[in-house]
Amino acid sequence: MSMMKITIDGKTTEVPAGSTVLDAAKQLDIHIPTLCFLQMEDMKFNNMVASCRVCVVEIDGRRNLAPACATPVMDGMVVKSNTIRVLNARRTVLELLLSDHPKDCLVCAKSGECELQDLSEYFGLREIGVAGEMSTYRKDISPSIIRDMDKCILCRRCETMCNEVQTCGVLSGVNRGFSAVVAPAFEMNLYDSVCTNCGQCTQVCPVGALVENDHTWKVIDAIADPDKVTVVQTAPAVRAALGEACGMAPGQSFTGKMAAALRRLGFDHVFDTDFAADLTIMEEGSEFLDRLQRFLDGDKSVKLPIMTSCCPGWVKFFEHQFPDLLDIPSTAKSPQQMFGAIAKSYYAELLGIPREKMVVVSVMPCLAKKYECSRPEFAVNGNPDVDIVISTRELGHLIKRMNIDFDKLPDEDFDNPLGASTGAAPIFGNSGGVMEAALRTAYELATGETLAKVEFEAVRTLHGVKTASVQVGPHTLNLGVASGLGNARELLELVRKGDKQFHIIEIMACPGGCVGGGGQPYHHGDMEIIAKRNQVLYEEDAGKPLRKSHENPYIIELYEKYLGKPLSEKAHHLLHTHYFKRQQL
Amino acid sequence: MADKKQLRIATRNSGFIDPESLESYLAVGGYQALGKCLTEMKPADVIETIKASGLRGRGGAGFPTGVKWGFAAKYQGERKYVVCNADEGDPGAFMDRAVLEGDPHSVLEAMAIGGYAIGGNNGTIYIRAEYPLAIKRLKMAIEQAKAAGVLGDNILGTNFSFDIELKYGAGAFVCGEETALINSMEGNRGEPYTKPPFPAESGYWNMPTIVNNVETLANIPAIIMKGADWHSSIGTETSKGTKVFCIVGKINNVGLIEVPMGITLKEVIDEIGGGVADGKAFKAVQTGGPSGGALTYKDLDVAIDYESLMKCQSMMGSGGMIVMDEDDCMVSVAKFFLDFTMDESCGKCTPCRIGSRRLYELLDKITLGQGTMEDLEKLRSLSVNIKDTALCGLGQTMPNPVLSTMRVFEDEYRSHVVDKKCPAGVCAELLEFVVVPEKCVGCTLCAKVCPVNCISGKAKEVHIIDQAACIKCGACLDKCKFDAIIKQ
Repeated sequence: MSMMKITIDGKTTEVPAGSTVLDAAKQLDIHIPTLCFLQMEDMKFNNMVASCRVCVVEIDGRRNLAPACATPVMDGMVVKSNTIRVLNARRTVLELLLSDHPKDCLVCAKSGECELQDLSEYFGLREIGVAGEMSTYRKDISPSIIRDMDKCILCRRCETMCNEVQTCGVLSGVNRGFSAVVAPAFEMNLYDSVCTNCGQCTQVCPVGALVENDHTWKVIDAIADPDKVTVVQTAPAVRAALGEACGMAPGQSFTGKMAAALRRLGFDHVFDTDFAADLTIMEEGSEFLDRLQRFLDGDKSVKLPIMTSCCPGWVKFFEHQFPDLLDIPSTAKSPQQMFGAIAKSYYAELLGIPREKMVVVSVMPCLAKKYECSRPEFAVNGNPDVDIVISTRELGHLIKRMNIDFDKLPDEDFDNPLGASTGAAPIFGNSGGVMEAALRTAYELATGETLAKVEFEAVRTLHGVKTASVQVGPHTLNLGVASGLGNARELLELVRKGDKQFHIIEIMACPGGCVGGGGQPYHHGDMEIIAKRNQVLYEEDAGKPLRKSHENPYIIELYEKYLGKPLSEKAHHLLHTHYFKRQQL
Repeated sequence: MADKKQLRIATRNSGFIDPESLESYLAVGGYQALGKCLTEMKPADVIETIKASGLRGRGGAGFPTGVKWGFAAKYQGERKYVVCNADEGDPGAFMDRAVLEGDPHSVLEAMAIGGYAIGGNNGTIYIRAEYPLAIKRLKMAIEQAKAAGVLGDNILGTNFSFDIELKYGAGAFVCGEETALINSMEGNRGEPYTKPPFPAESGYWNMPTIVNNVETLANIPAIIMKGADWHSSIGTETSKGTKVFCIVGKINNVGLIEVPMGITLKEVIDEIGGGVADGKAFKAVQTGGPSGGALTYKDLDVAIDYESLMKCQSMMGSGGMIVMDEDDCMVSVAKFFLDFTMDESCGKCTPCRIGSRRLYELLDKITLGQGTMEDLEKLRSLSVNIKDTALCGLGQTMPNPVLSTMRVFEDEYRSHVVDKKCPAGVCAELLEFVVVPEKCVGCTLCAKVCPVNCISGKAKEVHIIDQAACIKCGACLDKCKFDAIIKQ
């Protein structure tokens, strides 16, 4: 590859052709501030629109300043990144942005995490030299996401995420000039659009224009209500990231402290979605084996592959985008909804209380779960199986708000009977984890043999699309795993074409799986954080005495006492669902 | 007299031939240049000829056309595109429309020549849908040319094939910027992207693409037929050939002209334009449309070419030329142009999206008499920084009308801010209508016509206007037969 010589602020280096001035500056340890720019290679996310103009630099021989983020290096280029001309220009750009940005930082959901706030601090701005009319839009509030375009700075990261990575095509620039803004088609509400609620837009929004619909006060109200019994469940990926939300370094597991914190918050019963993950494997795994057997017996009414249905972003995606494939996904509810259904039936009966008295709260790495629990099919007489969903970020806020010193908490266990889980459950939070958990159980149920090695390394990488084949008894099963909806679309197109017979497919809407969920603490583009969370969950699995869902004694007990067996009528009634064709625009 | 100053190359046929007839174009030597290229010249020769002719882009930026073609010829691509930029949008300017409506075949011929030169077989004309007659004539011309074998497969029996299609723009000014134009043609939002890569390397569908303005193209057949030397003998050292201008505003002969580069502004205004209308005093002329600047009497002897206009802090632009007289307020003129560019900004980059609004607001404040000296400083520094940081040509040139009027008419800005007066008598908030006691005969007509009854006085006595109540409508001034009411 040809190399290009470049001098920035008197320091010279060589970079491969195609590198940008910003790349070269990084190589030289020269900090150039950026705002709209964001690159996440693993995710194929590349926002190089050069719209904010914060990163402008002086390039010898050019009349105007050039954006470092999007200007390719030419051989012999001489750049200055810190002249008075550059500083004045950047300050003006920042002042202009702030002149059309609400100054309600004190009550903004993004305060403390806001990249515009950081820049303002970086520049030492003490006043905003220009003022004038500000753009105002109505707030768009979906069950998952609040879109407040008054705060939008037109960086277009959400657009890149929604269109290029997730291929949902919900968000794009509309109108022009001062009225330009990012919006769904016809400026409809997110709720009415094909939005999957994955929340990845909130992960990349540098400001508070796209944030979660915060339900923390609802949780506090429920806990404070003496007439309610509060039950909390926490998804696998939350424990791998909650520490970050409480100011700790990524890559540590906080399962025990999390259980302790939830108890300190005042929840009456502290349970675990991991329990429901084991339950999901029982149902989904059995459904798979049933479909596989009938498929092999030549039953034409049965279709394979079976596709996982744990992820509500993915579910809504295929309802909109692949309405012709609605008979392929497993009918098993997601772990969150299975938990809710069991909590408000089995457990409410154990407690001897009516379901209306119970409030089920979920802590999820996900924003789509907020939407999922509001789907009408997940309610009995208008009483939802899961009442309130908060994200990992929101739990972090709650812990701080309630004066809990997270770092100093002792490790505690979850309550029983809905708190115990095997190693197959925590890996649900990783892309490929549901597949692996399902294989562990399916293998043993199908063959009657004990699985010697429970780790399926082929589905453990962080790649967006993974395919592998495994031998289960006499059958070779073709597996497909995708995370990120663009990757899911790629895999689904293969299924639609029918070129290759897949038997089982796992899909998660968020790149990397739930560890990279839209409700997780902000990673600010650092993909290593997601890799570290991924590792935490595999370690959690390895540390468990039981690692296969069907070995979970409380699951066995649940079937014995209440459900009968997997796919029984009661199990169908409580633990399975159906899908709807939805509009494509 | 006036005609002698003009020289028609780009508009050589407009008005002389039947634009709806191929025969009519052939009769004046049409498609001979294409024939000459295909049979007597190699592509490289064509590019050399255009380079040697000194032809530069007539859309405004003035990039050497032959050099642009040379780049596109050098880059490899599965396909290469010749795009004609017919998204003319300067307020009050219609150079391209005149060429397209009057001589559509010359543009088609030039595009085919361009295709041959760069090794491309696809042509697209991006034209605003508000030009229905031009569209009709282009469609007609394309069909005629295909039927006659001067367009389509194996042109004139050679191996060269070239086809042209039309793409309609919705009239967004920014889509005249070549990268925004390419985005729009691909069905994307019409907003520019950062160069490099330039379209010559990676443009329409990421293929090597030349984007040439209508007027630029209209010059090509003439250059091929008459030679590079002929063309380069016209004009100045750095600007060769002619330029079409649209003279409008306070001038006697309003309309389209084509003049050799190097002609002075004075010649254009006084001799071709017939001088300022109504015997008023010349104040300024805006060249370059909303991206250009104001030239004053000091600049009247400047020879019109790309570099000289830049030196005067204006620009050639696509050919708009707006003449202003003593009754025009330069702050209002700057505000008018800002209003236009603010409206036409795509909104992509910060300086243009928000900066244009802030500039407009500052100008508005000044015309309302609420401006301060600090505002003038803000106006200046904001303008400089917007120019320096905006993403595309629209944003980079948008502050030009502000900077140039501030430079040349600083006193007028100061009057608005310090004296709270609009010397040209345009800014209503800064005007006062007063009665000149010596002239008032007390006829009471003014009091009767005043819609807010703010003029008082007995018959045959001097009348008085209540300044606090006056709405500055000017009805009294128009009504007074004795010139006893003045505005100041």
